Amino acid sequence: MERIPILRMGQVLLVTIQVDMHDQLAVTLQDDLTAKIVDTGARGVLIDISSLEVVDSFIGRILGNIATMSRVLDAQTVVVGMQPAVAITLVELGMSLPGIRTALNVEKGMALLQSSMDADEAVLEVADASLED
Amino acid sequence: MTTRIHEILKKYPSELLAEWIGAMTAGGVRRDALMKEAELREQCAEFLRLLTQATEHGNLTDITGSSFTPAREMLERLSRSRSLQGFSPAETATFIFSFKQPLFDRLRSEYASQPLVANEEMWGGTLLLDKLGLYTTEVHQRAREEVIMRQQQEMMELSTPVVQLWDRIVCLPLIGTLDSGRTQTVMETLLQRIVETGAEIAIIDITGVPTVDTLTAQHLIKTVTATRLMGAECVISGIRPQIAQTIVHLGVDLAGVVTKSSVAGAFNWALKRLHQSVSVPGQRTPGKA
Repeated sequence: MERIPILRMGQVLLVTIQVDMHDQLAVTLQDDLTAKIVDTGARGVLIDISSLEVVDSFIGRILGNIATMSRVLDAQTVVVGMQPAVAITLVELGMSLPGIRTALNVEKGMALLQSSMDADEAVLEVADASLED
Repeated sequence: MTTRIHEILKKYPSELLAEWIGAMTAGGVRRDALMKEAELREQCAEFLRLLTQATEHGNLTDITGSSFTPAREMLERLSRSRSLQGFSPAETATFIFSFKQPLFDRLRSEYASQPLVANEEMWGGTLLLDKLGLYTTEVHQRAREEVIMRQQQEMMELSTPVVQLWDRIVCLPLIGTLDSGRTQTVMETLLQRIVETGAEIAIIDITGVPTVDTLTAQHLIKTVTATRLMGAECVISGIRPQIAQTIVHLGVDLAGVVTKSSVAGAFNWALKRLHQSVSVPGQRTPGKA
């Protein structure tokens, strides 16, 4: 069966969608990704959709769901590389994907994830420090 | 069966041509400033030749038929070029209508002994030339409309310049009324430029937009959302007091959209957001005093 590969890079899971998404594929991705987050204890998920040219409301909703689910599992999601046409379509469909963080490309997405993970660490350290005092 | 009009056209081509041009000169439809006599003569001669060919098979009523195709094409060319040269539709049509006089004169003199035949032929000729004349007007009009459409398109593209203000900051100064067609172009150009330049912040300046109604506001919000989906941030600047009042009165929810009153304010915000600053030489920055 066709599957979208999920790569692990340190604490980040990398998903690059390079085929046209159909509904079953999206659902499979959602299952695989949540399982993988739990397995690896990943803190961040980066989904690259730069080669995706068509997005319907179902795929949009799945993307939103993935973001929400990974937040529940303590991982942040960043969607990168959305094409202008896709953005326009989603907006016209009335889907602003409020829970999703976005970046222009993989590089910027990685930087965003890294900085937010660093911020989390810093908060933890401060908490640790205050506990020790 | 060949018609009598065809006979006449075949028999007196040069006389008809001379009289036709004479009629045009007398009628004041020649515009020497716009077109040289030689060119006009050439056009008339060509039209006569094609009309003679077209009427050869006795078809005088249906100008959409295949026998009239060359003549129609020639008229189309002529009408188009005249429309671009600045002739009015009436002047273009008169090119055809002024041919009636010489043709009917010939018919009358040729069939002086058969007034009924002459009458009948004149009626046929009138119908034919009227149709051809109207056809030129139609093409003339169409050519004009095409020009207007093209200009509209060009204006639309011209009116949405996306300028790069700084590394990773682009600005889109909007001028004029925003209708849905234009907003679509605005959105597309802006998003496209964000991809091209890799900009992280887009400033939409609406100082030049005279009025904002609910639809425009909605379009703006859509653009902001689409920009966010792409991974960039959007600021709306140049909201004048009146527009701010209208937006609030209309109950448009601009929460979640960063707004500034001027481009300068928006630019400042953008720089801060990107952790960049501009320093003026010779002046100490307030923070480092």
